[in-house]
Amino acid sequence: MSPLLFCILGAVLIASAFGVVLSTSPIRSALSLIVTLFFIAVEFLFLDAQLVAALQIVVYAGAIMVLFLFVIMLLNLQDDPQALAKLPLRAAGGCLGGLFLLAALHFFVKPGVGAGTGINTAVPDTFGSTETLGEMLFTHYLFAFEITSVLLLVAIIGAVVLAKKNLT
Amino acid sequence: MLIDLLIAAIKALIVIGMVLPLAGILGWVERKGSALIQDRIGANRASIFGFAGAGLVNTLMADPLKFLTKEDVIPAGVDRLLHTLAPCIGLFPAIVAFAAVPFGDVLEVGGRVINLQAIGLNVGILYVLAMMSLGVYGVVLAGWASNNRFSLLGGIRGSAQMISYELGMGLAIVATVMTYGTLDLQAMVRAQGHLIGGWIPAWGIVYQPVAFLLFLIAGIAESKRVPFDLPEGESELVAGFFTEYSGIKYLMFFMTDFVDVAVVAALVTTLYFGGWQIPYLMRDGVHFPWGTVVALPQIVVVLLQLAAFMIKVLFFCWLQVLIRWSLPRYRYDQVMRLGWRGLLPVALLNVMATAVLVLALQG
Amino acid sequence: MTAVSINWYLILGAILFTIGAVGVIVRRNVIVIFMSIELMLNAVNLVFVALSRQLHIMDGQIVVFFVMTVAAAEAAVGLAIIISVFRNRETLNADELNLLRW
Repeated sequence: MSPLLFCILGAVLIASAFGVVLSTSPIRSALSLIVTLFFIAVEFLFLDAQLVAALQIVVYAGAIMVLFLFVIMLLNLQDDPQALAKLPLRAAGGCLGGLFLLAALHFFVKPGVGAGTGINTAVPDTFGSTETLGEMLFTHYLFAFEITSVLLLVAIIGAVVLAKKNLT
Repeated sequence: MLIDLLIAAIKALIVIGMVLPLAGILGWVERKGSALIQDRIGANRASIFGFAGAGLVNTLMADPLKFLTKEDVIPAGVDRLLHTLAPCIGLFPAIVAFAAVPFGDVLEVGGRVINLQAIGLNVGILYVLAMMSLGVYGVVLAGWASNNRFSLLGGIRGSAQMISYELGMGLAIVATVMTYGTLDLQAMVRAQGHLIGGWIPAWGIVYQPVAFLLFLIAGIAESKRVPFDLPEGESELVAGFFTEYSGIKYLMFFMTDFVDVAVVAALVTTLYFGGWQIPYLMRDGVHFPWGTVVALPQIVVVLLQLAAFMIKVLFFCWLQVLIRWSLPRYRYDQVMRLGWRGLLPVALLNVMATAVLVLALQG
Repeated sequence: MTAVSINWYLILGAILFTIGAVGVIVRRNVIVIFMSIELMLNAVNLVFVALSRQLHIMDGQIVVFFVMTVAAAEAAVGLAIIISVFRNRETLNADELNLLRW
């Protein structure tokens, strides 16, 4: 992927992330998050992760965000002009964020991070394909897979019970 | 490198050139077809110098012109960005979903082998499912951004219906993917050229008849056509989630309807009816099962397969129009019951039966 | 400029994560806080996939698969909790949901 394309995609991602955090209307935050998720799926495609990219759009952008939008519509949330917290908390948040970013950059921007075979070297065609992922998922990670299905069942039952009007 | 870009651009233009005129023609088929079914004449008033073309002038020229020149009414108190964005978000994924559908085998031109599919993804069918999931946003945002109770009701009903039937559709696709062992649409169509016992083409309908029915029903529900058109509920909710839209935005919602019909027809063709395959026609000619081989030039084979694809897609579009004008509308609770207590269990049983059969026949 | 290296992806992931973290601290609307958490999860997903591509192993993508599943479960339950809280307290302002404060 060319550096110019990466910079453009990165700029769009950062802009939509700011849109999520700074927007006064919850629906616009949700829409910005959908744009962010979509472009992260595009980044996944550039990183040879096709199945994960498709799943990102189907699961995250297509189901979870629809759930968010439903809840926002159900609760009829309007624009909130005083969306941000009071000044001391904002200042603290900003400082903590800046400190964290500096720390992360200090640790990441070193040459030779993750000494491996490199992001620009070629991978076999089966890298990121469904077959490879499925094989690993059902052999090495089988236990986690089964536990995740139980987790999803529990989440479905929990969500239905919690959102019922009254239990009488 | 530049040639590759050019070929990709031409393939994309071919796909758009297939989808958009098809959506227009479907509008005409809808009006004239419904007129035929209901024993009336249909739209035939608009004419150019007396030539009315059996309603073609009316539907393909007068109607779009009318929509394009009407005033774009945006109601008060709405979020203007969302109101304008909703039809675009609804239409864009529907058109783009067509990109993964293969419309031919390969074309060998000047030493290059061009795969006749706009994008050759190896997760092709997941990409189409992803685009159909994104279509929900058009409905949800249109309902919300209209500042109108009936629109909101139509929007919520529509999106709930769409995400419920996505499950049935996904499970029907899972069974088909298990049968062919690949997610790539072009590989699935090529696998359907195989002959069972030397005679019967291995089309999806032969291996997965239940999945075909499930997919067709779920597809019609996804595109919110009658009998599942409650979100648009003409006699109940004015126009449902696109009540507050006029002019070109209304035209975009209408087009989304027809493009969805075309996408469902194309997917049914690709997954269950052999796509561009004609039985016994291979890349170099016709191979009859009793041994005769009729050699044909490659370009003739490609054109025949393209024609076969278009005919099959048109047949399924016509089938959906026929279903629309024959069946009454489902009530909302009936729609939900059919999706969750009818389609989902049948789809799950189908997946289990397919899994058992695939394991038994492989091992 | 040279080719895109792993550092670029890590920096992008760090920036997105920071924006999400600041969003959690600074916003008061509970649903927007929730969305910022999803943003953080996605930044982490991006880093996982980039490192998986760097090291030529698939385990990063498997982890992303599981993160997505758990995020879906968490979103469903979390939003159900938000709906019940709203029904009882009529507000979604995190400052006003303070019944358990000392």
